[in-house]
Amino acid sequence: MTAMNDRIVFENVSKFYGEVLGVNRVSLNIPPGVTTLVGPNGSGKTTLMNLMTGLVQPSSGHVSVLGLTPADADRFFRQVGYCTQFDSFPRRLTGREFLLDSLLLHGMSEGDAFRLAEEAIERVRLGDAGWRRIESYSKGMRQKIRLAQAIAHHPRVLVLDEPLNGLDPMARAESLALFQELSGLGMHLVISSHILDEVDRISDQVVLITGGYIVAEGDIHQVRREVRDKPMQVLIRCDQPELLASRMFTSNHCVEARLHADGKGVFLRTADIDEFYRLLNQIAVEGLIAIDAVAPADDDTLAIYQYLIGSDGSAS
Amino acid sequence: MMTERMAAFSKSVLGQPWGLWWLQARRLVRIELRRNLFSWKAWWIYFLAFAPTAILLIHMLFETHPAFALGSDTNILAGIVQFYYIRLGVFFGCLSIFSRLIRGEMIERSLHFYLLAPVRREVLLLAKFAAGSISALLLFGSAMIADFALVYTGFGAAGQEYVFNGPGLSQLGAYLAIVALACLGYGAVFLLLSMILRNPTPAAMIVLGWEALNPVMPSLLQKLSVASYLRHLMPITVPGDGIFSLLTIQTEPVAAWEAAMGLLALIAVVLAYSCFRIRRLEIRYTTE
Repeated sequence: MTAMNDRIVFENVSKFYGEVLGVNRVSLNIPPGVTTLVGPNGSGKTTLMNLMTGLVQPSSGHVSVLGLTPADADRFFRQVGYCTQFDSFPRRLTGREFLLDSLLLHGMSEGDAFRLAEEAIERVRLGDAGWRRIESYSKGMRQKIRLAQAIAHHPRVLVLDEPLNGLDPMARAESLALFQELSGLGMHLVISSHILDEVDRISDQVVLITGGYIVAEGDIHQVRREVRDKPMQVLIRCDQPELLASRMFTSNHCVEARLHADGKGVFLRTADIDEFYRLLNQIAVEGLIAIDAVAPADDDTLAIYQYLIGSDGSAS
Repeated sequence: MMTERMAAFSKSVLGQPWGLWWLQARRLVRIELRRNLFSWKAWWIYFLAFAPTAILLIHMLFETHPAFALGSDTNILAGIVQFYYIRLGVFFGCLSIFSRLIRGEMIERSLHFYLLAPVRREVLLLAKFAAGSISALLLFGSAMIADFALVYTGFGAAGQEYVFNGPGLSQLGAYLAIVALACLGYGAVFLLLSMILRNPTPAAMIVLGWEALNPVMPSLLQKLSVASYLRHLMPITVPGDGIFSLLTIQTEPVAAWEAAMGLLALIAVVLAYSCFRIRRLEIRYTTE
């Protein structure tokens, strides 16, 4: 398998809906693992997913998934599952019938389709509700049956548009565990979600998008390091946080300090992370302060989102 | 050089997964038939198909049927086919069935499930067309048979003689062929209109007007009418008087086989263009 055949690739892709911009000149190269699309409403996340799966066509540029395009539907949709945000279903079907209809279109035998439908229902923990008509489902159950339909045929790429919407905390945790399990199997998972703190825990990559433009992409920590103009916050666990803060403030790069609620640590914000760590190492070597742990406190998706896009959704 | 190209083309055609496409098409047809025939929304199509049947049933039960009236009842049946089924019943029935296949699913926001299945869009379109055609044929074909049986049952032995030893069965065959071609022809047109337009009904009204005006158009334009082809297949031509003259199509005489082949060619062209359109179809439910 060539490198390109293992990637989701956008090559200078633009999409316009009439005169309205969907996305503009997007170039992405997404490796296997969990990739989170982050951006405010209307930023182009769903457009990117729809472009990936052929539900909309690019105005210019080229999209391929594992070297395939949606025009080659026979092969493409065996590899790709898409759990959309559209909360509607064919009428008068039970959850199980819905999955069976979908699987039978793959050309498999009825026995195989039934087995895979059962497996998918089990995986999303829909239980006996699979025998009921979808019209009677709660929002969370409809979300689950959509997810079941997207994973039932064992795709290698799973595209999930706001997959945690409508789920209760327990179901969210179960879904995240499932995503993590699927990612562990070497799958691509492309997730858009506004529940950033939860998705963040399982993300390997992040794509930040606003107003149809990609503002950052890559490994979350790498993206955070690249945001040099924004001070980084670091949590240091130690026995004398006040003393540590005063020592750190002797250098100019430290711009803010805040004691941890339990009094056994301090959050320090620095404009020069390299200089910050150099000084911290020096203090540790002196041995006056016992440093237990050091961890970045704001290189998660939410922090990067707020830095780059802003809480109001406008790119800063 | 040409032979090599032909050989490469043949190899490419034979190398396609025809077996898979056939299986997928059959399964799609099964899903669509379930939706088309067993939905409360289908009551209107049942009504269009069986309204004449109900009237003929009342006629059979409550009217006397002297043998000399057989000729006039045969003309009435021909009139029902010519004026009602071709121009109104099948027309509006097909509008209802075929415009639901793509546009209806857009409105219900469920089309994306098909477009995300590993099914070529052309296979999807042709399977939906086949399902719509089977639904229409089942309804209008069975209504046609029922109408025919009801017209001649009342005449007893004379009716039996006309059906089995006279021209009856061949007329029934011709009516069924006409209804089948009407379903396919209008079906293909409405399927295409429903992909091009958000609301195909106004366009269907224009098609209805086109069909009415078609007889006074040049012969080349007459070839772009479904009903004009069907007229040549009628075993009995009923002259239209008064308001019926608006529903009567007078065209240049054409052989039956020529009319059937002409209509099939028209259907093939419309379906080929529909296949081209569906490849570029996008899901934009918010604009529906």
